[in-house]
Amino acid sequence: MGEIIEINGPIVTVQLPAVRNGEQVRIGAIGLLGEVIGLDGERAVVQVYESTESVKPGETAEALGHPLSVELGPGLLGQIFDGVQRPLPVIMEQSGDHIARGLAVPALDRARSWPFEPRGDLSAGDAISGGAVLGEVQETATIRQRILVPPGIKGELVEHAPAGEYTVDQVIARVRDTQGHIHKLRLYHRWPVRRARPYRARVHAADSLLTGQRILDTFFPLLKGGKAAVPGPFGAGKTVVQQQIARWSNADIVLYVGCGERGNELVDILETFPQLTDPYTGRSLMERTLLVANTSNMPVVAREASIYVGVTMAEYFRDQGYDVVMVADSTSRWAEALREVAGRLGQMPVEEGYPAYLASRLAAFYERAGRVETLAGEQGSVTLIGAVSPPGGDFSEPVTSHTKEIVRTFWALSKELADARHYPAVGWDESFSGYVDIAARWWAEQIDPSWAERRTQALNLLAHADELGRIVNLVGPEALSQEQRWVLEGAALVKEGVLQQSALDPVDSYCSPEKQFALLDLVLKVYEQGRELLRLGVPVEQISRLPVMGSVRRAKSAYPSDRVDELKAVDREVREAFDPIRMEYSAAEEKTA
Amino acid sequence: MKEKEYRMASAARGALLFMRGVPNVALGDRVVVRDHQGRKRNGQVIRTSQDVVLVQVFEGTDDLDLQRTWVRFLEQPFELPLSPDILGRIFNGVGEARDDRPPIVSRLTRNVNGSAVNPASRSYPREFIQTGISTIDGLNSLVRGQKLPIFSGSGLPHNRLAAQIVRQAKLPGEEADFAIVFAAMGVSYADARFFEEEFESSGVLSNVVMFVNLADDPPMERLILPRTALTAAEYLAFDLDRHVLVVITDMTHYAEALREVATAKGDVPARKGYPGYLYSDLAEIYERAGRIHDRHGSITMMPVLSMPSDDITHPIPDLTGYITEGQIVLGRDLHNQGVYPPVHVPPSLSRLMKDGVGKDYTREDHPRVASQLYAGYTRALEARNLASIIGAEELSERDRRYLSFADAFEKRFVGQGEDEDRSIIETLDNAWDLLSILPPEALSRVTEADLAKYHKWETGSPD
Repeated sequence: MGEIIEINGPIVTVQLPAVRNGEQVRIGAIGLLGEVIGLDGERAVVQVYESTESVKPGETAEALGHPLSVELGPGLLGQIFDGVQRPLPVIMEQSGDHIARGLAVPALDRARSWPFEPRGDLSAGDAISGGAVLGEVQETATIRQRILVPPGIKGELVEHAPAGEYTVDQVIARVRDTQGHIHKLRLYHRWPVRRARPYRARVHAADSLLTGQRILDTFFPLLKGGKAAVPGPFGAGKTVVQQQIARWSNADIVLYVGCGERGNELVDILETFPQLTDPYTGRSLMERTLLVANTSNMPVVAREASIYVGVTMAEYFRDQGYDVVMVADSTSRWAEALREVAGRLGQMPVEEGYPAYLASRLAAFYERAGRVETLAGEQGSVTLIGAVSPPGGDFSEPVTSHTKEIVRTFWALSKELADARHYPAVGWDESFSGYVDIAARWWAEQIDPSWAERRTQALNLLAHADELGRIVNLVGPEALSQEQRWVLEGAALVKEGVLQQSALDPVDSYCSPEKQFALLDLVLKVYEQGRELLRLGVPVEQISRLPVMGSVRRAKSAYPSDRVDELKAVDREVREAFDPIRMEYSAAEEKTA
Repeated sequence: MKEKEYRMASAARGALLFMRGVPNVALGDRVVVRDHQGRKRNGQVIRTSQDVVLVQVFEGTDDLDLQRTWVRFLEQPFELPLSPDILGRIFNGVGEARDDRPPIVSRLTRNVNGSAVNPASRSYPREFIQTGISTIDGLNSLVRGQKLPIFSGSGLPHNRLAAQIVRQAKLPGEEADFAIVFAAMGVSYADARFFEEEFESSGVLSNVVMFVNLADDPPMERLILPRTALTAAEYLAFDLDRHVLVVITDMTHYAEALREVATAKGDVPARKGYPGYLYSDLAEIYERAGRIHDRHGSITMMPVLSMPSDDITHPIPDLTGYITEGQIVLGRDLHNQGVYPPVHVPPSLSRLMKDGVGKDYTREDHPRVASQLYAGYTRALEARNLASIIGAEELSERDRRYLSFADAFEKRFVGQGEDEDRSIIETLDNAWDLLSILPPEALSRVTEADLAKYHKWETGSPD
C-alpha cells in the first residue's frame, strides 16, 4: 500500500516501492484506475484514466500487479467499450446517464453462458500450444469465435470439456506444462494491450480491401492487412468516410475506435448500424462490429490507452483467422493525449509541443497491422485506418507528416472539394496508394483486365483538367481549344459520374467493384467518343448540352450494384445520341471534300 | 481539517497563489481568499501536493500581500445551487447574483464541472429547429441537441444574429418553447445590455438565465463561467424537462483566459501559445450539449467566437470546428456589401442536418436542394472570379447565368430582414426560384421529379 504525494491533473505521484513500470495502480479513496509511466526511487508517476478531482495527497495507492490488459473471449461483438475496455451499457446501469468514477466493471458478462463446441480431433493427452483452437462458440449468426489457447502456454492437454453451455469464467480445458504446472483455460483470457500478440509468420498482403467507395477502391486501393490514413481539416468529411468504411468494407470484423471525437457520432453508429445489413452476409452490421468510445470530453489518459485496447482486440480476432479492419478516429487526438501527458511530466517538447517519441510510437502502432499466418496455421489480417486531424488543415504538421511516412495508402481530404460539397472529398492530387500494383492483379482477375489502364487514363484526365483549369483562371476559357474544353468536360464527367458518391443515397452509398468499373468505363467511353465527334468538327457545347449527359451523370444512383448489366443501356443511349450527330457531320465533311 | 484559514502564501504570480505547508488539500476544491482589508476573492485548487498547493484566484492576485492574505479551503468543489427560481436571474461566473436580488437558496447543488455523459446514454439529435433564417434552415439546419457555433470577426453582427435566433427558434408548427441560458464572457457593457433588452422586448426574459462576465470583470472568472452556465442548462434540460438553447459569447475570451493561466503555470505551449490541452478543455464545455435517452429535455448550443484576424485556421476556431457539429461562418465581404446576416455559405456546415431534414421533418426535396445550392453557388463564385479577370462580357452564356444566380442568391436568399422569420417552406420555395435561373441540365444534384415539380425554367437570355 502506498501514498499519494502530488496531484497535477491526470498525473499523480505516489510513494509506492517495488511497483513496476507499466503496472496498474488504484488511486485514492474512490479507487481511480491508473498506470505507472515513470519511476524515481520509491516514487512512481501514475497516469490516471479518470478525473482526479477531489483526490487528496495522503490518500492511498495500491499496485495491482499486472499491466493494462483486455479480456478476450465471447461477448465482445456488438459491444461498446470505453477506452479501458469497460462496457458502457453496464456502466449506464450502474451509474446512470453520466459516467461515475472508480467503477470496476469486467469487460465480458460473467453471467451469460455460451454454447461451446469442442474441437473433435483433440483429446486428452494431445500436445498443445499457444494459439491452438480448443473449440468454437457461435457468438453471432455470422461470427464463430474460436477459443484459443493463450499464447505462451505449451504442454499436454489433460482435460477437454464436452459440448455444452459455459460462462466465460468456467474452465473448459486443463493443460499440464513441462514443469508439471496445470493451467486452467477458460473461454476468455487476458492480454496486455501494449504488447503485440504473437503469430507464426508475416504473409504478403494480396487481397483488396473493398469499401464500396469508388474513389478509395478504384483510385487509391488498400489491401487486407494494409495501413492507411485519412487526413483532413474539419468539415472535410473524415467521419463520413470512416463510417462508410466501417459499414461497407468486406472484412469479417470491424472495430471502430472513437478516440477523442464527438459523442453524437458514436450514437449515430449505435443507432444506425443495427438497422443496416452487411452487403456480404445480409445480416445486421452490428453483429460484426465492435466499438471503443472515448469521446472528447472523457478523460484524456484513457484516450491514449483506447488505441491499444482496440488494436489488441483486433489482433485477437486476427488470431482466429479473420480479416479485421480497425478504424481509429482520430490518431491526432491520441497524439495530443501523448503530448498532454509529456507536457505535465516536463518532458522537452520538439515540434509543436509534441514529445520526441511521437514518430516512433506512431510507427510502432501502425506496425501492428499486417497479414499473418497465425499460431494455429491459418491466415488472418489486421488493417489499420487512422484518421488524422491536422490543425488548420496543414498537412506539414508533425502527426500528419509522420503518419504520411508510415502508411502506404493516403486518402487526403481537401477543404476545397468539401466546400463545393464534392463528397467523398478525397483529393486525387495529394492522395496516394502503394498497393496499386498488387490491387491491379486482383482487379484484372476478378473484374476486368483493363482496370489498371482505365484507372490511369482517368487520373491523367483529371490531372490534365486541373492544369487547364489554372490556365482558365488566368486568361479565361476562350483561350482553350475545342479539344481542351472537352478535357474539362470529360474531367467534370469523371468527378460527377464516378468520384462523387453520396453516403446518404441508398442506391449509391455502396458500390460493388463490378459497378465501379462499369461506371468508370462508361464515362471514359463517352469522353473518347466525344473526342471523335470533335475531330469531325462538332462543337463542345453541342455535345455537352445533350440530355444523355445528364443520364451518364446520374447513372450511379439510377442502377444499384446488383443491376450492373442495365448500365449498358446508358452506353447504348449515348451511342444513339452521338450517332446522328456523327452522320450529319461526316456527311458534311464528305460534301466539302 | 475543518475549514481552517491559512496565512502561508509563499508566492503570488499573475492569477496564481502558491501555498506552502497546507496538508491534504483535494484537487479542484473551492477556496476563499481574504485580503488585508477583508475583501473576498474566489479561487480553486489546480495542483496539490504535501508541500505546495497551487490556487488559481479568479480575481487575480493584484493588491495581495503574502503576509496579510488569508486563504480558507472550503473542502468542496465548485457547486451551483439550483432551483426553478434561476429563470429570469442574472449571475456572475461563480453563480453569485449580480442583479441585486437575493441569492438562490436550495438544497440541490451540483458540481459545475459535471461529468461526462455516457455515450451509450445519448440519443441522436434529429428534430429540426426552424430559426427563420434561410442560410441556417435551408443549408445548415440546426437540430435539437446540436452544438453549432457562429464563427465571426470583430465588427460583424454575430450578436444580432444570435439574438434573432433566440427570438425565432422553434419547431415548425409549434410555439417557441425554449428556455435560454445566456453565458457572456468578456463582452462589453453595451453588448450585454443589447441582449438584455432583446430578451425583454421579445418577452422571453422570464425564460432566460444569464451568466455575465463583462470585459472589465476578473478575466479568470471566465474559466468557470461556461461550466456554471452549463450546469444550470443541464438542470433545466434533464431535471425540469425543458428544451434549452445555450448561447455562449465569446469563446475566444475564454481561450485567452486559459492561455494566461497556462502560461503562468509554465505549461508547455502547443500552437500560438495555447496549451496542448485546449482541445480537451473546449470539448468538456461543448460536449455538454445533446440529448439523453428517456429524457424529455435537450441542450442545443450556439457558441459565438470571434476569429482573430478573421483566420479560421487559428487554434480557437480550428479546435472548435473539430468538436462541434458544424459551424456558421460570417463573412466580412458580404457584411461590407450590406448583406444581413452575412453568412459565408461555402465554409458553413451542419453535420447533423442529414438526419433532421427531408420527408419526415421538413420537405422531401430539402437535402437535394441544399446540395444543389451549394454546388451552384461554388460554381457561380468561380464564374465571378473569372469575370473579375476577363470581364463579364467575355463569359459564356452559361457563366453569365451563374453570375446572376450568385447575385440573386446573396441578395434574396442569404440576405433577409432582422425581423424576417421565414418558414422552411418559404425558404425552399425561394431556393427553387433561384435555381430556376439555371438550366435543368446544370442541376445534377436534384432528381428529375424535383425538376418537374419545382423548377420553372424558361429559355431566354439571363436578366
